[in-house]
This record gives sequence, structure tokens and C-alpha cells, in this order.
Amino acid sequence: MTSATNTLSPAVASVGGDVPDYFALLKPRVMVLVIFTALVGMSVSHGHVSPAIGAISLFAIAVGAGASGCLNMWWDADIDAVMTRTSSRPIPAGKITSSEALGFGLFLSVASVMVLGLAANWLSAALLAFTIVFYAVIYSMWLKRATAQNIVIGGAAGALPPVIGQAVVTGQVGIESLVLFAIIFIWTPPHFWALALIKAGEYARAGIPMMPNVAGPDSTRRQIVWYSLFLAPLGLVPVALGFGGLLYAVVGTVGGIGMVALSVRVLKNKTGEAEKKAAMGLFGFSILYLFALFSALLAEQSLGLFRAVVA
Amino acid sequence: MPDPKVEYRPLTPEEEARRRKRSVAIALALGAMVLLFFVLTIAKLGPQVLNRPL
Repeated sequence: MTSATNTLSPAVASVGGDVPDYFALLKPRVMVLVIFTALVGMSVSHGHVSPAIGAISLFAIAVGAGASGCLNMWWDADIDAVMTRTSSRPIPAGKITSSEALGFGLFLSVASVMVLGLAANWLSAALLAFTIVFYAVIYSMWLKRATAQNIVIGGAAGALPPVIGQAVVTGQVGIESLVLFAIIFIWTPPHFWALALIKAGEYARAGIPMMPNVAGPDSTRRQIVWYSLFLAPLGLVPVALGFGGLLYAVVGTVGGIGMVALSVRVLKNKTGEAEKKAAMGLFGFSILYLFALFSALLAEQSLGLFRAVVA
Repeated sequence: MPDPKVEYRPLTPEEEARRRKRSVAIALALGAMVLLFFVLTIAKLGPQVLNRPL
């Protein structure tokens, strides 16, 4: 290649985005959450893994999650473009082409699974591969545009990191991580539907069958309350099973009551500013609730704060 | 060789700077990957790897 051709580009082609644009494709905030929940899954496991292997495994899990986010953005670029929340993402903003995102996502998917398999074990690598395929193919390509249960079933992908974390440490899947999986899985619908109540117009414009658009806001509000009523006691199962201590019990109890109370507030406030305030209140609190639950577990396991509640 | 059927244009200075930054990022990522596999190998082998008859 000559130096002249080196500075030429096909007139109609993209010359590629900035480095931060590629990073944005990985949904960095989701990656942080995945690292955190996987770390908690590792911390509640009975086993040992060297710090280097643990750190490399967490890195691989995070990159795998980022890869699935990248593939999601590749597939959903058309609907991202019509929603204000997502219209500035790199593909709809014209900073990165779809094919670049596809190549980037596929490369990172394969690389992250291979690294996790080599670093930890092939069970955790298989779980990571399943998570990527479930999120990118089952959720993004199929469920999201097909059913109002999209985020209910798709929530499994977001709930799997603690299970992968436990598989890294122990080489198997135990009851502890399955309980954490269940908590995230049941937490997902009230969390997302609170936002969907506010953004129903945008989802309708994008043609996404979210629950408020399909079953109506009233049905969605009732379902939010049912899920929260189920979530509050489920959040305390780690205490009953003995891997959640006193601190976790307090956080789980207060947080569970908060989730139910804010869900009931969503049910009661159906119009105007009060509706928006109630829904956004639940959305914000749900993030705090999950973060507090997992932080309590991590603090108890890693800082020696564990005080048994159940003998 | 540039494809004669495709219309080419020179890169703007801003595009060239962006490409340079991408190249540097790819080089750094490759270096990080080499380091990652080195650390992984040492961690997998364990300290006993140095304790062998010569």
C-alpha cells in the first residue's frame, strides 16, 4: 500500500469512530453492575481462587457482558434511533457503522469466553457464552419485539453473573448463586416497568411491546405490586439459608418494605406529575435496593461483618 | 491497490487523528492481552514452576 492510498478513504464509507465511541458500545454502566454482582456471587461461594485468576475472570465476565451489549446495540440501532434515551448511542449517532459494531461484538464475545475458560473453567465459560447468546439472540433479536414478557424472560441474562461468579470459584453452580439469580430475576420487572410506565409513548413509537403498551398501565401497576410482594420475602432467603447475616437481614427487610411501599404508591398515583414522580421514585429506589442487598452480602463476606441470624 | 471503481477522497486532519488514536488503542489492547496471558500463565503454573532441577 502506498502512502498516498494510506490517507484515502472511500468517499461514502465511514472512517471509524473515536475510541470512547467503541467503549460506549459496551454499555460501561451495565459492565460495572455485572462485575459487582459476579463478585458477590464469588464471595458467597465456598471455595478459593487466586486473586490473579479471580481478577482475570471478572474482567472476562465484564467484557462478555460488554460484548452482548455491543451486539444488542448493533441489532437495535433502528429502534435506538427513535428513542430519546438511546438516540445518542454510537450507531444511531452515525459515529460507528453497524458492521463495525457487529465485528467488535463478535470478537469480544469469543475472546471473553475463551479467556474465562482458560483462566477459570469451562463451566463458567459456557455460562458466559449462554448469557451472551441469551441477551443478544433470545432477548434482543426475538423477545424484545415479540412479547410484553420481553424483559421478564430476558432478565435471566442480567441475573446470571452471580452464577458465573460462583462457577469460577467452585467449578459448579450452588444454591447461593441460584438464590441471587432469582432475586435479580424477580427484581427486573418492577424495575423496568416503572421506567416503561413513563416512557410508554417512546416504546410505542419504536414498536416495542412493553407491558404498559400491551396490557395497559393499570395492569402493569398491579403486576409491579405483585412482583414486589414476591421480591421482598425472596430477598430474605439468603438469611434463611445462612449466607446472609444480620446486616443483610436489616437491609433486606427495610429495602423490601420500601419496594412494596413504593410499588403501592405507583398503583395509587395514576395521573399527571404524581404518576411520574411515583414511577421514577420506584425506578430509582429499585437500583438502590439491589445495590444495597448485594453490598451487604459483599461486606459481610469480605469485611468480616457476618453475624449469623439463623443458627 | 485502490479499487478504480470506487471514488476516493483524502482523510481530513480530524479523521486522521481519530484513526491514529484508534491504532494506538488497538496496540495498547494487544499489549494488555499479552500481559494478561502472561499473568494467567504464571498464575496457573504457580510458584512451584521455579522449583525444578536444572
